[in-house]
Amino acid sequence: MSITTFIIISIIKSAAVIGILLTAVAYSVWLERKVSAHIQNRWGPTRVGPFGLLQPLADGVKFIFKEDLTQPHVYKPLYIAAPIIAVVFAITSISVIPFGNWVNVGRIQVGSSPDFGSWGTYLQITDVNIGLLIVLGITSMGVYGVALAGWSSNSKYALLGGLRASAQMISYEVSLGLSLVGVLIMAGSLSLRDIVNAQGGVFWHFIPRWNIFHGQTLAFFIYLISAYAETNRTPFDLPEAESELVAGYHTEYSAMKFAMFFMAEYANMVTVACIATLLFLGGWHGPLIFTSPILQAIMPVVWFCLKVFFFMFLYVWVRWTLPRFRYDQLMAFGWKVLLPLALANIVYTALVVAWRA
Amino acid sequence: MLTLALFLFFGAVCVAGAVNLLVQSHPINSALSLIVVMASLAAEYLLLGAEFVAAVQVIVYAGAIMVLFLITIMLLNAGKEERTKGSRVATLLGVPGVVIGGVLVAWTLIHRSDMGNVAIGALPGDPKAIARLLFHEFLLPFEVTSVLILIAIMGAVVLASRPEAIARPHPGVPATQEERKLVAVGKGRS
Repeated sequence: MSITTFIIISIIKSAAVIGILLTAVAYSVWLERKVSAHIQNRWGPTRVGPFGLLQPLADGVKFIFKEDLTQPHVYKPLYIAAPIIAVVFAITSISVIPFGNWVNVGRIQVGSSPDFGSWGTYLQITDVNIGLLIVLGITSMGVYGVALAGWSSNSKYALLGGLRASAQMISYEVSLGLSLVGVLIMAGSLSLRDIVNAQGGVFWHFIPRWNIFHGQTLAFFIYLISAYAETNRTPFDLPEAESELVAGYHTEYSAMKFAMFFMAEYANMVTVACIATLLFLGGWHGPLIFTSPILQAIMPVVWFCLKVFFFMFLYVWVRWTLPRFRYDQLMAFGWKVLLPLALANIVYTALVVAWRA
Repeated sequence: MLTLALFLFFGAVCVAGAVNLLVQSHPINSALSLIVVMASLAAEYLLLGAEFVAAVQVIVYAGAIMVLFLITIMLLNAGKEERTKGSRVATLLGVPGVVIGGVLVAWTLIHRSDMGNVAIGALPGDPKAIARLLFHEFLLPFEVTSVLILIAIMGAVVLASRPEAIARPHPGVPATQEERKLVAVGKGRS
């Protein structure tokens, strides 16, 4: 593949993935409003478009046209930089996530355009051999957006929210990272593609060989709980606890800057759901295999999307079911329950793998 | 060629961040400059082919340790530093000292170094190579370091914990006799 072809393909893939991610972010807000409404026996958005489907668009336009207030007491450079940091790191982390298998695109030639030859590509922007570490690194940088927003707003609610967010994200990142080690030991690789490929096949002809059914059930639940805390979702939404802190770290933000924090939160949710799918639910592997070549090409992506959708639904479901933790309970749970469990899972997995080898 | 240009670029960013760290008068800005230094160092490792070290550099230093720095600065609500002109002794001895030290280091590196040049990306830096080094060749130093860190953690816990905090059954519940009296008259912490 020549360098020009490579650059063109990369740009197309990046644009497609970012477009899909931002659409997914907009529609997870719609999903959240709709599901929460039905949980509370309401209708939710119904006015804009059929089933309120155009509501995200209307919200976006509203955010753009709202007045962008900048309070006189803020520290301006960081106040402006904070939402940018949050949204940039939230969106970048999707870059190494594989959505499906190799696809053959075939020969594309329109009129007298240059002939790129026949080519195929993985459904992934780039495959790196330390993919998982890159995702962890980028998401760990995302905490600066929240912390700096809280500090630079120069207001007590924002500062408390920022402090809580950074302490909480640091604490739960430990158990989140450790819960993934079991999966890494099983796959023997840090590449997300290799981890998914290691989960193909079935036990006893019907149970898929996904990690969640393959000895990593405990790790899956540790990951899920830590991921909820990492994304500041209920029952871990103390950084923006409405009843105590107004809106936490983004109290002083309005218009598009507020929307950027909102986008960052939902983009992080999508990334976390993707990682959970790839590491524990077998990625694009599905229980049914079709013979038709077109279905064979499409079904992996469909399975992947269905699994991610399941996690997004679970987020909303949990949010409207569980009450919020108290702060000392949150810290005690993270350090005294999740961390020892994650360590025990590593020791257990390592022993089993070593015994089998 | 592109790799060399990027390497020089990130090296320049790294040095600029380090200088900015010293020049800035506000602790938050200094901490942010240090994050820039860490991140550009990670980029340098990546360009040298040590992708695992680069990722760990970002996760551990830029993502975790610097966040703790920021939390501390935010908690203390540290304000701007006061600028002084600096002492005359520092100017008279410091500047020539830095110049002499820099020249010595440069001269040693250029003339006295036995090491040959290494091509960019020539050294294996994948997780397997590093794991082999850590768990085969340097196993003893690695384990001794971990014990050392454990001792440091225990020391920090002992220093940070107040005796009455250990005796207290639940947070918020007054433990000692005096505290109960203070709470009764409405002066204790709730």
